[in-house]
Amino acid sequence: MKIQIQVDGKHVEVQQGISVLKACLINGIYIPHLCFFESSPHPHASCRLCFVDVDGEPLPVTACTYIVKDRLGIQTNTERVRQLQRSAFTLLLSMHEVNCKSCHANKRCELQKIAKFLNTALKQKTYPTYLKPISIDQNHPCITYYPNRCVLCGRCVQSCQYSVFSFAQRGFETTITTFGNRDVTEQHCENCRRCVEVCPVGALLMNSHQHQNQINGGNSNEMSI
Amino acid sequence: MEFETTDQDLITLYTICDQFTDKIIERGQLIPILQQIQEKIGYIPKEAIVKVSEVLSISQAAVYGVATFYNQFRFVPPGKYPIKVCLGTACHVKGADIILENFERKLGIKEGETTQNREFSVERVACVGCCALAPVALVGEQVYGHMAPSKVEGIFTQIEVKKQIEHKQTPNSEN
Repeated sequence: MKIQIQVDGKHVEVQQGISVLKACLINGIYIPHLCFFESSPHPHASCRLCFVDVDGEPLPVTACTYIVKDRLGIQTNTERVRQLQRSAFTLLLSMHEVNCKSCHANKRCELQKIAKFLNTALKQKTYPTYLKPISIDQNHPCITYYPNRCVLCGRCVQSCQYSVFSFAQRGFETTITTFGNRDVTEQHCENCRRCVEVCPVGALLMNSHQHQNQINGGNSNEMSI
Repeated sequence: MEFETTDQDLITLYTICDQFTDKIIERGQLIPILQQIQEKIGYIPKEAIVKVSEVLSISQAAVYGVATFYNQFRFVPPGKYPIKVCLGTACHVKGADIILENFERKLGIKEGETTQNREFSVERVACVGCCALAPVALVGEQVYGHMAPSKVEGIFTQIEVKKQIEHKQTPNSEN
């Protein structure tokens, strides 16, 4: 069943039961988001970027978890929404190694897109930068993980059918771990590539695609428990 | 620093996990199983994560993720003489971080680590409940109050003496 909603004063017709974020994206209205992706069954709402103002709600809500209602009025660009998005984004960048030129995701990185959209710089100066001591994790036989590029959106954790990934540690030390995962054969991992495709930044790389000189030049450091 | 899991520990691990084979174990049992392993072995060895993931039919990464989330699980074996330095409020005010640093420097390891010979491990703890004695350090169950950097050396001498006495009492232990 179709229902009518109003986004930034524009009337759009959307499917009932979908989230505000999905409804907007289908209709070509961009809302910054990182942890939500097309096939994600249960959005985490952990990136705190998809805030929108909704009629009847005293405070901005996360668009990925808010289900559309008939005649719902949505404002995606109010000042307080932008303020929330900018501070969440700046906090994410304070743990991100901004070195776009040497990153394989350059130009298709979601962070670059969001920075452009929110009109903020990628090199933030508001907060001190905190980077993890380990910059490359090559524990998994066919996936290389870059902890300092990762925004911990959890898309790879959600998308992997073999549960290769999981969050490890907590707080500032949180990373994505594969724990080597010897029980998943290389064949499985090379065929699917889902995690690499859903990663909004350049945190995951299939080993066969790796630029060998980048690895040799980089500060390779095995992660151990 | 990597530690080889001893054969004794592996046997203990397999005995714990054998209780669960051929039974349907829910994922909610993950933490109790890990706690049981840590209680018996003293830490969570790498092999335990692989074994537990098999028992529960979940991925190794998931087990590792849960185990690293909680502070109660440790991944390096505790030393024979576990040194705990209190960093509670009172001890902190009295300069416990300097005491911790002294232990770390003396043993050449960082907080949370164990010396290669598995004799000593250093860790920080929150209040041990005797703030009047701040700053406080514990070696095993023994409490050392009013710690000062100069007392650190003395503690190691005491342990050395204790070791020699034990050695004399059991002279055949090396054979």
